[in-house]
Amino acid sequence: MSLWEYANPVKFMRLSGAVLPWVSVAAAVTLVVGLIWGFSTPEDYKQGSTVKIMFLHVPAAMMAINIWVMMLVASLIWIIRRHHVSALAAKAAAPVGAVMTVIALVTGAIWGQPMWGTWWEWDPRLTSFLILFLFYLGYIALWSAVENPDNAADLTGVLCLVGSVFALLSRYAVNFWNQGLHQGATISVAPGDRISSAYSYPLYMCMLAFFLLFLALLLVRTRTEIRRRRTAALIAREVRP
Amino acid sequence: MIELGKYAGAVLSAWGISLGLLAGLTAQTLLAASSARKRLEQVEERRRG
Repeated sequence: MSLWEYANPVKFMRLSGAVLPWVSVAAAVTLVVGLIWGFSTPEDYKQGSTVKIMFLHVPAAMMAINIWVMMLVASLIWIIRRHHVSALAAKAAAPVGAVMTVIALVTGAIWGQPMWGTWWEWDPRLTSFLILFLFYLGYIALWSAVENPDNAADLTGVLCLVGSVFALLSRYAVNFWNQGLHQGATISVAPGDRISSAYSYPLYMCMLAFFLLFLALLLVRTRTEIRRRRTAALIAREVRP
Repeated sequence: MIELGKYAGAVLSAWGISLGLLAGLTAQTLLAASSARKRLEQVEERRRG
């Protein structure tokens, strides 16, 4: 059996309907455990209680970038193989990615004020993240602006390709330009000043929770898009003489 | 009781805004899903009847 069979809307609806309850329960459990665990961590010797913002900021920032990469893969599948489910999955993921970007930007500003003495700085990572957010808005707006869904999928696919530069810059800006306020990777295998296990384990749990939450929302939203497409097709058939 | 010290405002506002946004996104997703399902059922029923 080929993976491409799930690009068939009927098969996708059947599989996603079976998987969705399990993913939703796993997302809810990991989210509750991860957030309670993260909120109960001790104060950091440098950052005090603001370290608790990390359990929302890091997973949200990670998802903001990874969701764009997922949208890129789905858009490429649409452009190359013309599978409608992949185009609809990319469309469904965009609002989730936009919200994750807002969370990363807002929590970053709130965290930055007491730690850096400023809400905002035109630092490479912060700036590329803001541009990524604008790309999310542009992507959502383009889907709404183009009436023909296939044309909209083509155009948003190209926009997604262009925006991927900023998704990559958001991730690697700190490495490219060794300047600005934002620190490097929080979690890394490289030697140096690393995060304590008292913080890393709840952080891993929150990262897993955010991923599962995204997966659950993506499945629900893609199913909604498929239903809307089917409704529009049935209405078009009624109208046609 | 968890002590947040002098950064209580920053921590609570970051958590409040984030959880509010996640709750809003989840609620919007579920409402849109329910509305799309009902609309499709109506159209399918109309076609059958």
